[in-house]
Amino acid sequence: MLPTLNGRLQSRILVTAILGGIWTLIITPVLPTGAPLGESYKTTFIILLTVIVLGVLWEFLYHFLQQFRWEKDWPTSWGLFTGINEGLLIWLLINLGWIPGVGQVPGWAFVIQFCTTWFLIWAVQNGPLRVPFIRWRFNGGRFL
Amino acid sequence: MSGDQPLPQSAAPTTEPGDLTPELIDTDIWTDEMVARAGIPVVPVPFVTVGGGIGSFVTVDYLRIYGVPAQQIVVLTGLDVPWQSYEYLTRVSQIPRTERLRSDSQSRPDNIWGFPSYALSEAFAAKSLKEFLWPLWNVFTEPILTNYFTPRAGQAFSTMEKEMNRIGYLQSVRKGQVRMVRRRAGGGYYTILTPPAGAAPTKRIAYQSQYVHIAIGYPGLRLLKDLQDYRERYRDPTKVVNAYEPHEQVYDQLRIRPGKVIVRGGGIVASRVLQRLIDDRDKYNLRTEILQVFRTFYTGPHGKNVFNRRPGGHGWAYQGFNYPKSVWGGQLKEKMAKLEGDARAQAYEEMGGTNTPFRKDWLEQLKRGRSQGWYREMQGAFDSLRPGPNGAGVVVAMSTQHGALEEYADFVVDCTGLEADIRESRVLADLLDHSGAGRNPKGRLDVNAQFEVIGTRSRPGRLYASGSSTLGGPFPGVDTFLGLQISAQEIADDLARLGFVKRLGPGRSIAQWWRWARNRPI
Ligand SMILES: Cc1cc2nc3c(=O)[nH]c(=O)nc-3n(C[C@H](O)[C@H](O)[C@H](O)COP(=O)(O)OP(=O)(O)OC[C@H]3O[C@@H](n4cnc5c(N)ncnc54)[C@H](O)[C@@H]3O)c2cc1C
Repeated sequence: MLPTLNGRLQSRILVTAILGGIWTLIITPVLPTGAPLGESYKTTFIILLTVIVLGVLWEFLYHFLQQFRWEKDWPTSWGLFTGINEGLLIWLLINLGWIPGVGQVPGWAFVIQFCTTWFLIWAVQNGPLRVPFIRWRFNGGRFL
Repeated sequence: MSGDQPLPQSAAPTTEPGDLTPELIDTDIWTDEMVARAGIPVVPVPFVTVGGGIGSFVTVDYLRIYGVPAQQIVVLTGLDVPWQSYEYLTRVSQIPRTERLRSDSQSRPDNIWGFPSYALSEAFAAKSLKEFLWPLWNVFTEPILTNYFTPRAGQAFSTMEKEMNRIGYLQSVRKGQVRMVRRRAGGGYYTILTPPAGAAPTKRIAYQSQYVHIAIGYPGLRLLKDLQDYRERYRDPTKVVNAYEPHEQVYDQLRIRPGKVIVRGGGIVASRVLQRLIDDRDKYNLRTEILQVFRTFYTGPHGKNVFNRRPGGHGWAYQGFNYPKSVWGGQLKEKMAKLEGDARAQAYEEMGGTNTPFRKDWLEQLKRGRSQGWYREMQGAFDSLRPGPNGAGVVVAMSTQHGALEEYADFVVDCTGLEADIRESRVLADLLDHSGAGRNPKGRLDVNAQFEVIGTRSRPGRLYASGSSTLGGPFPGVDTFLGLQISAQEIADDLARLGFVKRLGPGRSIAQWWRWARNRPI
């Protein structure tokens, strides 16, 4: 990908919110949360929101790292692998009880939600998103 | 009756009907009456694109997908198919259909969305698991573990052919050579076409259009002065060749008789020529000796600071594409768009220059040559060339960092660029002289961010240009498939703002893509 900082932030917020939101709606009922559906939705959506909020901060770091690259690109695989650091941080924060509104979350429920959401967003950004938004890839990932 | 009374049409008596008159040639802005007086038939059409190469093709592709009917577009060209010039240049410079190009997986002239990418298409057309996985693995791990994925030339041509048929491109093609584009009093332009001899009743045809797009590719082959002097003086086109000219005879001769070749240049064409020489050397057990001469010799990574280091070594500068990748959409695209004048020219200097992609097989070949002593690289600039003793071979006089030097070779293959001045093209020279076009900081045609040629507006019409003749503008990646598509998108969006066509929004884009995916005609 060839993101600019602005493009990173816009893509992070919009794609995670919209695509991630739809996916969260679909997947939550089948997650092994052990909690009632309403409770589960609350948890999964707060986690999604955390991916966005912390993600905005992460994007600044990624943008900084990108400056060391001559091509000023962001390799495709890095877009996937950054899910590891982001996922681990959120899991840590959940267990420290630092994410407001989220109590105990079973490990598998978190892993499934986070990994599928992350993969989906990554895959869509690396191809299909170019179909509706023909200018997006030429504008550093900006929609607006 | 009097011979001193000027005739009303004042045309030179030699002008045949339907040809350019001195009046037309000398007038910057033409009236309809002037064209009528010359007897040139006028064909009205809203949009004309000149060139008919890949630049014209992708622009027409965008416009057709945006919703412009084929009848509203005319393509003026000498080519039978859009990739003809390109295929010729790639073939002579050692990229046959089976070899891979330089651009990336998303740079698809047959697909404005770049999805599915070439890699995905190649994977799904694969006949074995390995062939399926390899392209996917490549794009996933590039450019860290693998080099950038690049499509085979053949894949690019066959997919373009499919898209050409899908959009009914050939309906819009009119054959001939374009002589000039002039502004029309009252708006728009006249584009003068010289059809092939005998193909039309008049010598010229005038296409009168609101919009004109010029994509004529390379204005010409640039032979450096030393090379040109040699050719003119010794009338010998066989021992000293440019890589963009057919030069199979060099490889043929080397198979008959061992010889030494001097390769000049450090770009991708030099890489290809070296690969061919070494492949032949291996395949036929030849004893070819190679000396490569770089004008700028990079001994390692280079660049002004830690944020701007480009890899390099053994003379080469390594870069996946001709500019850093983000000029086609990211940070550098945005940065360049803001620069003007000298600052822009300098940024071009820093990112561009001659470079070649880092490919393991090429590196391995050169390493082997170096250690076995049949390949050598050096820094140097050619001063002159002359035939060798008794007319055999060539002697090259060079200036190097260590002083003057002469080298003997059987052949010299010059791999420097196709960078002729834009004046070499009559159409562009005419634009500079008569239509208000100017030059950008790199001396090429000055275009704005929408690829309109600055200074040529003929309200309400507009004149656009894309491709190599516009290099040096606010967008550096112009002379590539993706760059031509980026230009085409800007042009199509500009035309949408002018009300010529509807802008392509997400809904229509998805619908159009779906048609593309099922190969449904539009
Ligand atoms: C060897 C080589 C390899 C390249 N490899 C790649 C690659 O891998 N990836 C990539 O993205 N880019 C590549 N490029 C760069 C670029 O994408 C191609 O050159 C591409 O063909 C440019 O398209 P174009 O339309 O500007 O020019 P062309 O395809 O050359 O078409 C222009 C046409 O206009 C015609 N013309 C000129 N004057 C007139 C006139 N007065 N009237 C009518 N017709 C006229 C010319 O004859 C020519 O046929 C390569 C270039 C070269 C030379």
